Amino acid sequence: MSEPPGAAVSLAEAPAADTPPPPLTAQRVVPLRRPGRWIATAVVLVLVAQFAHGLATNPFYQWDRFGYWFLRPTILDGLVITLEVTLYSAALGLLGGILLALARLSRSPVLRAVSWTYVWALRSIPLIVVLIFLYNFSALYRTLSVGVPFGPAFFSFDESRLATDMVVAVVGLSLNEAAYAAEVVRGGILSVDQGQHEAASALGLPKRYQFTRIVLPQALRSITPNYVNQLIGLVKSTSLVFYVSLLDLFGTVQTMGSTYPGDIVPLLLVVTVWYLVLTSLVSVAQFYVERHYARGATRSLPPTPVQKLRSALKELRLRARREAAV
Amino acid sequence: MTASVPAVTPAAVEVHGVHKWYGPLRVLEGVDLTVRPGEVTVVLGPSGSGKSTLLRVINHLEKPEIGYVSVNGELIGVRRQGDRLKELSERAILTQRSRIGFVFQNFNLFPHLTVLDNVAAAPVATGRLAKPEALALARELLDRVGLADRAGAYPRQLSGGQQQRVAIARALALRPGVILFDEPTSALDPELVGEVLAVIKDLATSGTTLVIVTHEVGFAREVADRVVFIDGGRIVEQGPPSEVLDHPRHERTRDFLSKVL
Repeated sequence: MSEPPGAAVSLAEAPAADTPPPPLTAQRVVPLRRPGRWIATAVVLVLVAQFAHGLATNPFYQWDRFGYWFLRPTILDGLVITLEVTLYSAALGLLGGILLALARLSRSPVLRAVSWTYVWALRSIPLIVVLIFLYNFSALYRTLSVGVPFGPAFFSFDESRLATDMVVAVVGLSLNEAAYAAEVVRGGILSVDQGQHEAASALGLPKRYQFTRIVLPQALRSITPNYVNQLIGLVKSTSLVFYVSLLDLFGTVQTMGSTYPGDIVPLLLVVTVWYLVLTSLVSVAQFYVERHYARGATRSLPPTPVQKLRSALKELRLRARREAAV
Repeated sequence: MTASVPAVTPAAVEVHGVHKWYGPLRVLEGVDLTVRPGEVTVVLGPSGSGKSTLLRVINHLEKPEIGYVSVNGELIGVRRQGDRLKELSERAILTQRSRIGFVFQNFNLFPHLTVLDNVAAAPVATGRLAKPEALALARELLDRVGLADRAGAYPRQLSGGQQQRVAIARALALRPGVILFDEPTSALDPELVGEVLAVIKDLATSGTTLVIVTHEVGFAREVADRVVFIDGGRIVEQGPPSEVLDHPRHERTRDFLSKVL
């Protein structure tokens, strides 16, 4: 304000004397070029192409034999066994895990100690040892009875008849699975804000309702990814049931491999592809389960792949129309 | 300053000789407080003075070490047997809590339920109302707090002030005899405080018994029938706002008011 008008003019003209800056018309920023990234991409593409080419053309893989085996009834029977063992153990393991987690979080020191010890023991013993132990169980205990310890038995049954290979496999996997699931569930319950417990009890909601409707649905949001991880491990662990003479997917391939030694590689490819399929199915299910439990946690739900595809197509169509107009 | 309570109508809230400590930390040291039905009591005090704990003792979120609390003549969390007090079962305590409303500083709405379900959940879960009636009541209450149009939203899609209004509707859904507010506006942006205070003021004029822990001295002056000043786990003084806020008799009250005003 106090400056003479001449000073302001000279200040504005000072840079103009050096190089006259033309008025800026560019609206867009030119992105930085990244040659390193392009080179790395090209190298990786070449490697991937080489690998795919090898996989397709190397006679070692015997793709015709793969085609022969892939949907054979024996293989599919093995697949059914794998699925059965997985489903039963996943369900029983999760149930056991929830009970163990609740015991671990209870106020009773005895329940806490028992739960802790169980998890400690079953996470320490290799699964294969548990399975073979159970397999030989019928030799150790001829009969199994339910009753008062050291007192009368209410009913008892013949162990060797009860313990079919399937039961041994499912019990062994469930015992193992429950120990890991317990920690996953406990972590999920602990992740729910203390204020939620307080609000639920301040409203006087019944204890059971508090757990099933308030705490568990929120806990499931963090339980789901961890438990799915566990579940994928379980799908593969079922291949161990071969050692308790249950012919699952892997067991079938193993047996077929010793009968047809020339087909071992295509048979291994068959199991590999089937395990890939199973894991992919679990991952797809995971996406939708997580999306379900994300309700309210985020302001808007992430789009499903179908929705993403649809919006990408719409985008493409719009762009094509725009370019056609130009 | 002790209010004389007629024998026929019991006090809405009576806190009797309550001590509360966490290990070596003494939080409440012999608190006596009587709230008459329909009265609006505002509890003021510096942070750490025990005012939130006092509120949480009233609905038995915290167990007092010594002393007892009764709400509308009913002992909370304990029953009397001869001259002894015995702890009630968890189920019985939950039933008692469902008759006392509680509004938290951090709202604590259930994030996985819609606004409507947040309000309707408790009457259904406690078996008071069938689902359709509970939903109708919830809509009515949301309308009362000015949020009828947000019934289908999830709590995280709302502003803090809106969430707190939903939390108040949720507390009202159980038609409580007494509502306790634990610093209901302390977690809000300044421009959102007014809308929550307006809802509480509306409740105050409708004759509901309210006990409000707050730092809003201006609000206390406006709605309180009685102001209680608490410090160091003890009630320092109490009385109508015109006395406690304008002519405090204790040094500590004066000191506190000079800092917050």
